[in-house]
Amino acid sequence: MSRPLIMVRLNGADLRVEEGTSVAAALLNAGVAHFRSSPDGTPRGPVCGMGTCQECRVTIDGVPHQRSCMIECAAGMRVETGGLDG
Amino acid sequence: MAETLSADVAVVGGGPAGLAAAIAASAAGASTVLVDEGSRIGGQVWRHRDRASLPRTARELLERFDASAARHLSGASVVDARPGELVLVQGGDVIRLSARRIVIATGARELLLPFPGWTLPNVFGVGGLQALIKAGLDVRGRRIVIAGTGPLLLPVAATAVRHGAHVVLVAEQASRGALARFGLALLASPSGGKLVDAVRYRLAFRQAAFHTGTWIARAEGTDRVRQVTLASGRRTWHEPCDLVATACGLIPNGELGALLGCARAGAAIVVNERQETSVPGVFAAGECTGVGGEDLALVEGAVAGLVAGGRKPGRALMAGRRQLRRLAAAMTRAFAPRRELLARCEPGTIICRCEDVRCDALRGEWGSRQARLVTRAGMGACQGRVCGAALHALLGWDLPVVRPPVSPMSAAAYAELNAES
Repeated sequence: MSRPLIMVRLNGADLRVEEGTSVAAALLNAGVAHFRSSPDGTPRGPVCGMGTCQECRVTIDGVPHQRSCMIECAAGMRVETGGLDG
Repeated sequence: MAETLSADVAVVGGGPAGLAAAIAASAAGASTVLVDEGSRIGGQVWRHRDRASLPRTARELLERFDASAARHLSGASVVDARPGELVLVQGGDVIRLSARRIVIATGARELLLPFPGWTLPNVFGVGGLQALIKAGLDVRGRRIVIAGTGPLLLPVAATAVRHGAHVVLVAEQASRGALARFGLALLASPSGGKLVDAVRYRLAFRQAAFHTGTWIARAEGTDRVRQVTLASGRRTWHEPCDLVATACGLIPNGELGALLGCARAGAAIVVNERQETSVPGVFAAGECTGVGGEDLALVEGAVAGLVAGGRKPGRALMAGRRQLRRLAAAMTRAFAPRRELLARCEPGTIICRCEDVRCDALRGEWGSRQARLVTRAGMGACQGRVCGAALHALLGWDLPVVRPPVSPMSAAAYAELNAES
């Protein structure tokens, strides 16, 4: 089933995603596995998929620490990955 | 200034139990507000992008909820609570919701027990993988190993295959005998039809091997997982893969109950037959009172909603509740994690994923409070939801004390909240 496509900005580049896709799923589909870095610098990505584990946090429209599994992509949304945990 | 709302009944959680509770309370004539964290109602089990993709029970219940007078607050997290009042954050705004009766229907989360390599990207929970697929993850052609325990493994494997994944194998940690005993209990219960579902799911992923008494010993890779080591007690072997889905069953999300002062047994909120907790005016229903599946959650939600709305639940509902509770107990017995799952950590294995606290930094005699003070284990963004439950299972430590805010919130919103109170 194909859905309408929307454009988001991922780390400064255009990314076409199906409407209704979560930010986490969209990033994984784009080949991103490393969403953020843990305090020791190890790469982390989504785990629980339901907002509990906090591992999938990214910066969305300039706001850091947004759980990408809980937020759907919206046209024009800006997403940045690779943030260091404070 | 925080917005204020009031209702007779506030329901927290929009899965089967919460939906059933809100519908019942509303039908009983109580003004009802349902608060849910998700952008769409349905909870984890009925997570969807299109309602057409949901099972009929779910679609019908969602339609009944839409047709009810209950109000729905989506994308809203509870950050603080006391009997009679919930404090919510919705899109950065603080909302104070006063309600004489609160129904907690916060469901369950996966029990994630640490093993070497479990923090590698592309190692998900079992329900985690399913949630991501439902949210649009493209798994076509991806090699997936699914390992865990309980009835969830089968539908997740079937979902992955239906979406074009190459499921390499499915590993159930429980023994074949335990599965057979649970199958018999299921057959004798009102949920006997689930056996037909199980067969249908198995046929859907028939090209993949299904191993019982088998678990993941470790995961390997550098930037992401590349292979796992599987163990069955008799042998160990490697399987290359792109994605891993693994968990050790479910544990109740009982934190909101703890915050409200409700008695708990382990993580589960303790309730009586009327779904009343130990705190007057506070009810709980569904998996947050003990893991028991969707059918039990629907019944418990209806009971909680009726009682909270001032009605008496019917005898048939109560009888169904008792039968399904017995089945839930059989399920807990059959799928209890084996001790090998509790003994997979190596000295360098990360236990607290948020703070990178490794196994060799913790001492068994400490308990969660001392571990927090010495190592920061459990003090990160997940607030001990992951490692607290793991350490409870691994070392028998108490579950972490629950303090507000129970969901992470911005410092600005927190300041606003505290300036008022």
